[in-house]
Amino acid sequence: MSSTYDRGTVENFGRWREFSAGMWAWVLHKFTGWILIGYLFTHIAVLSTATGVDQAMVEANEDIYTNTLQDLEELVIVRFLEIGLLSVAVFHILNGIRLLMVDLGVGLESQDKSFYGSLALTAVIAVASIPTFLGGVF
Amino acid sequence: MSTQVTEKSDEKEEAESTEQSPGERRREEKAKRQQEKEAETPELIDEADETVELKIFRFDPEVPDKEEPRFDSFTVPYFEGMTVLDGLIYSRDNYDSSLTFRHSCRQAVCGSDALLINGTQRLACKTQMVDLEWPIRVEPLPHQDVVKDLVVDMEHFYEQMNAVEPYFDPDELPEEDREEQKQRPENREKIKLSTRCIWCGACMSSCNVAAGDNEYLGPAAINKAYRFAMDEREGGDKKEDRLRILEQEHGVWRCQTQFSCTEVCPKDIPLTEHIQELKREAVKSNLKFW
Repeated sequence: MSSTYDRGTVENFGRWREFSAGMWAWVLHKFTGWILIGYLFTHIAVLSTATGVDQAMVEANEDIYTNTLQDLEELVIVRFLEIGLLSVAVFHILNGIRLLMVDLGVGLESQDKSFYGSLALTAVIAVASIPTFLGGVF
Repeated sequence: MSTQVTEKSDEKEEAESTEQSPGERRREEKAKRQQEKEAETPELIDEADETVELKIFRFDPEVPDKEEPRFDSFTVPYFEGMTVLDGLIYSRDNYDSSLTFRHSCRQAVCGSDALLINGTQRLACKTQMVDLEWPIRVEPLPHQDVVKDLVVDMEHFYEQMNAVEPYFDPDELPEEDREEQKQRPENREKIKLSTRCIWCGACMSSCNVAAGDNEYLGPAAINKAYRFAMDEREGGDKKEDRLRILEQEHGVWRCQTQFSCTEVCPKDIPLTEHIQELKREAVKSNLKFW
């Protein structure tokens, strides 16, 4: 054996077409997890810098906090992002429950079905939330 | 040298006298068979109703033309019931005798021909061509170094298998000299699937975590540990030792339940289930409130 050839790990994502349900669940769980962390920090940063304690302004509904929120909610993209955030959170929760079951050794034979189930339920909840989030935008 | 010369003269003599030694006859028959086979080959490809194209990964560090990995295409006749291994053997015997791959029993027992076929780890001998999309792409197992063509270096895999100390170490042996060690049928049933492992390495190759963490024991080794840890004949001390190995940083906790290994295992071992059970076992042995 003179030398060997290392094909590296790159082919992993090149093989996404062959990913099984469990693999997709893992990828999506990581992905949604990072989005939630990112959202959390943005959330804290935005709201903690948007506080003003001017009592008169608060009473007149003209303080920085109210203004910031109103300005944000006026943006159409924010409304759409809220639907995205909800779906991401719902999927992460449902798949988290699925992983809990897997850790407890319950129903491992139907782990792929529970993944598809959590995807479907996420879709249903996201669709059902559209009237709430997009109400009055168009 | 001298023996060769005499042999040759013997051949002449025998040919003339038509008196054959058994070895001579065998050689002649073999040559005849070879000729027949060669004559048969082109017919075989005409006879077949269909042909299938195999795209096979080629690499050989010792041949300048093959130093850069590439794919070679071989067109082989397709007959009903043909496996990928049959196609590989046909390609090697008829097109390129340097095509290298491991195979032995051809019935999914020896575990030497696990390959990446159409993007999934499968046993070539157990994979029917008819179940696959054509042309069929055959590559060596990913995440292992390629030695030549479809042959990968399995050394690391075997090291991991041995790392879990896969042998019995019972606390007490049966009293009488030649008495068997009994196992309850239920316990046998529990470990039944885990004993089916044929060390083919498909699971380890499919595992995303093992690809990134070279020290991770991998599904096969953990399953091997399960096979002994769950066996009631196993000694208590040994079980504790083995759990200690498993609960290390690169042990069971690396598993992220992607189910890749369970998906590809040619012997249908519920690997993820076994790993999860050992995780719980490891927690139980460390958390004691009573």
